[in-house]
Amino acid sequence: MSTISARRGSSLEQISARRRAKDWAVRILVYIAFLLAVIPLVSVLWMVISRGLKDLNGSFLSHSMNAVTANDPGGGVYHAIIGTLEQCLLASLMAVPLGLMTAVYLVEYARGGKLSRVISFFVDVMTGVPSIVAGLFVLTFWLLGLHFDFSGFAGSMALAVLMVPTVVRTTEEMLKLVPNELREAAAALGVPRWRTIMFVVIPTALTGIISGVMLGIARIMGETAPLLLTIFITNAINNDPFHGAQGSLPTFIWDQSTTSGKYAVDRAWAGALVLIIIIMLLNLVARAVAWLRKPATR
Amino acid sequence: MTSDSPAVAATAEHRAAGFRMSTGRFGDRLFAGVARGSGITILAIMAAIAAFLLWKAIPAIVHDHANFLTYGAKSDQTWAPDAQPAKFGIAQLAFGTVVSSFLALIIATPVAIGIALFITYYSPRRLASGLGYIVDLLAAVPSIIYGLWGVNFLSQKMEGVSKGVGTVLGWTGVFGGGNYGGRSLFTASIVLAIMILPIISAISREVFRQVPTAHIEAAQALGATRWETIRIAVLPFGRSGVIAASMLGLGRAMGETIAVALILSAVPGINWHILQNGGGTFAANIALSFQEAGVNGRNALIASGLVLFIITMLVNMGARWVVARRKEFT
Amino acid sequence: MAKRIEVSGLHAYYGQTHAIEDISMTIEPRSVTAFIGPSGCGKSTFLRTLNRMHEVIPNARVEGKVLLDDEDLYGASIDPVAVRRVVGMVFQRPNPFPTMSIYDNVAAGLKLNGVRGKRQLDEIVEKSLRGANLWNEVKDRLSKPGAGLSGGQQQRLCIARAIAVEPQVLLMDEPCSALDPISTLAVEDLISQLKTFYTIVIVTHNMQQAARVSDKTAFFNIAGAGKPGRLVEIDETSKIFTNPSEKATEDYITGRFG
Repeated sequence: MSTISARRGSSLEQISARRRAKDWAVRILVYIAFLLAVIPLVSVLWMVISRGLKDLNGSFLSHSMNAVTANDPGGGVYHAIIGTLEQCLLASLMAVPLGLMTAVYLVEYARGGKLSRVISFFVDVMTGVPSIVAGLFVLTFWLLGLHFDFSGFAGSMALAVLMVPTVVRTTEEMLKLVPNELREAAAALGVPRWRTIMFVVIPTALTGIISGVMLGIARIMGETAPLLLTIFITNAINNDPFHGAQGSLPTFIWDQSTTSGKYAVDRAWAGALVLIIIIMLLNLVARAVAWLRKPATR
Repeated sequence: MTSDSPAVAATAEHRAAGFRMSTGRFGDRLFAGVARGSGITILAIMAAIAAFLLWKAIPAIVHDHANFLTYGAKSDQTWAPDAQPAKFGIAQLAFGTVVSSFLALIIATPVAIGIALFITYYSPRRLASGLGYIVDLLAAVPSIIYGLWGVNFLSQKMEGVSKGVGTVLGWTGVFGGGNYGGRSLFTASIVLAIMILPIISAISREVFRQVPTAHIEAAQALGATRWETIRIAVLPFGRSGVIAASMLGLGRAMGETIAVALILSAVPGINWHILQNGGGTFAANIALSFQEAGVNGRNALIASGLVLFIITMLVNMGARWVVARRKEFT
Repeated sequence: MAKRIEVSGLHAYYGQTHAIEDISMTIEPRSVTAFIGPSGCGKSTFLRTLNRMHEVIPNARVEGKVLLDDEDLYGASIDPVAVRRVVGMVFQRPNPFPTMSIYDNVAAGLKLNGVRGKRQLDEIVEKSLRGANLWNEVKDRLSKPGAGLSGGQQQRLCIARAIAVEPQVLLMDEPCSALDPISTLAVEDLISQLKTFYTIVIVTHNMQQAARVSDKTAFFNIAGAGKPGRLVEIDETSKIFTNPSEKATEDYITGRFG
């Protein structure tokens, strides 16, 4: 006689205490898991803000580290900001067209074909390339192979390699969201394929693509390792990304962290604060752009 | 000819007059070619990475007087590719990379699954995407800042924690050895875990969100509690997705350079006592040794980078394969 | 084993939307009651209030009483999970757990309720599969995945899974609408056999099916667009289909709308 039948008489007896206890235990564990994510986030942001504010002022933002050693006060991130902005701009100029057109190929021209599956596979693999390997690649190819010197441009090439897969994937998703009816309507009007893509499909997906690009930039902006290998470190302002070593926010922070000196750590935190403010701004703008496109989907 | 439609007739007339039809054929071919070329460029870049790394790695390995794979395991075997004779090996680096990444994985995966379950099944519906955004913010923080935080804050806290862990778990050997410090593989693993948490949880969230309602309702209709429903309907369905997600996290942890480089203090040799200061990973070693490296030293670092590239590529491919297998099955 | 259901003054809401209003009826034990009515009239919604599945949807709520042999399912101290153990449900689309074997599917509810011993499980699994008229077809492949069966077999598997825990009531939400005619007949035969043990309530949009399997039929209708669904008439099946009391019922039966 099964135990189930023994319950034939009673109807709504409570489920066993053990099951209820397990259910509650899991609920608590799951809440704890979430806290375990929030706590480090808050801790990191808190430290960056509280320690970074110490040195963050107008002078810091407008001076470079030229002739300032680890034991001197003062100095600033001006050269680093210039470097980062120029490097990220150059990286985007290289990564966005390449990524965009690859996504166009995958979505508009070759859905499911063998070549596109191989390309798609390697885009995924590229997502996993460690940033230092991208730096090593540019080191061996550009600097050692072609004998160019350290430059902001070399760094931006490494950053571009890291940015391309992100751009491909987000653009792909946005292009797939464009309804097919739009393409068919244009085709029915006799518009050639390339015009349809350039002037109908891409503009429709544009805000999403822009949002994805900005997120990609935010991601590469904080990359340090590839820059260490390609732009080296310099304390002076170098406005020319094509010649000579250039500063950047991440390498600035790295440099200040690894040299011991009275004032270095504070400068590192201040630099970190500047970096994270720029990244968060980019993230916010990217989300705002993505949110603005929502009316188009309604 | 009289049965031609007006459109055809007009076209014929147009052609006869000698004008080129703007069918855009040329534009189409050019555009399609550019698109295809972009895709192929991606493949070329991947091949070039492998090729160029190999090009510089081989001379270094050839000139290595020590065994490239096993040297470095003992504490007197330092990374010295510029010495005469050149001696360097990846044993310690491989150990440090594998141990810190796997430990990070072990720490991060259950927490990530918990977070994913929390956001998809336990939190109020309206807050779900906001909470997801908060977790994703962890991914927006660049690794240099995690490194700063790790070496200036966490390391100090971990000194005390390590002593505690060592007292309680010292008998396990791995957590033993005395002389506990904060700049250890263990601390590095924790920071890595924090860094890979968002990627594992984001993918897991997606996977859990896609469990068909029919299966959840089937479990509920049998009188299952929320946890039981998750256990029989959600987790089995999402298992391969979660596995793929954690493999991707593993790959990311292996390639992480800066945070680890800032945290670990340089002590050569393989040390199983992970609570003690010291350790090295492929990526951290490259970052730290690059500035002072000579020609052979640079090539040696490139060789180690090649090993890292291969390992992370294999892990990533494995993750994609797990996902591909799942797609066939469902 | 089977129980009587008494519903009084039941209302169900999706957020602000009033989905069904003021439903009262009595369902006798060991009978089959069919709910019929046009699409969107609330018959499935009402069905789901009987095993407290309605409230799973965010912002959905229920007012009123559902008595299972004098015990109010919506009583303050009653755990919805306990209700669902006692009131089983079979869904429109067969939904066996895809990662489980046939055996594990049937045993799923049993294991949840703490039945452990292998012999016990074997016994109940066989009994349930026999009860669902599926045993002979699957007895040699119990360890194969549940999802590998045909649609009709999957649905009978879901029925076996539901009756394995020996519920008092079995709710069926359009169980045959995703099945081919032969499987439909098989499931209908099964329903006629199952009613010796269970109180069965079946929602169907197929009137001939209602006429074939049920003892009593309830006709639901919706007063107008955006209005809540209501119970129009409930009576012996033979009477509903030959001589209904309400004009709306007659209009629906004869196909003037629906």
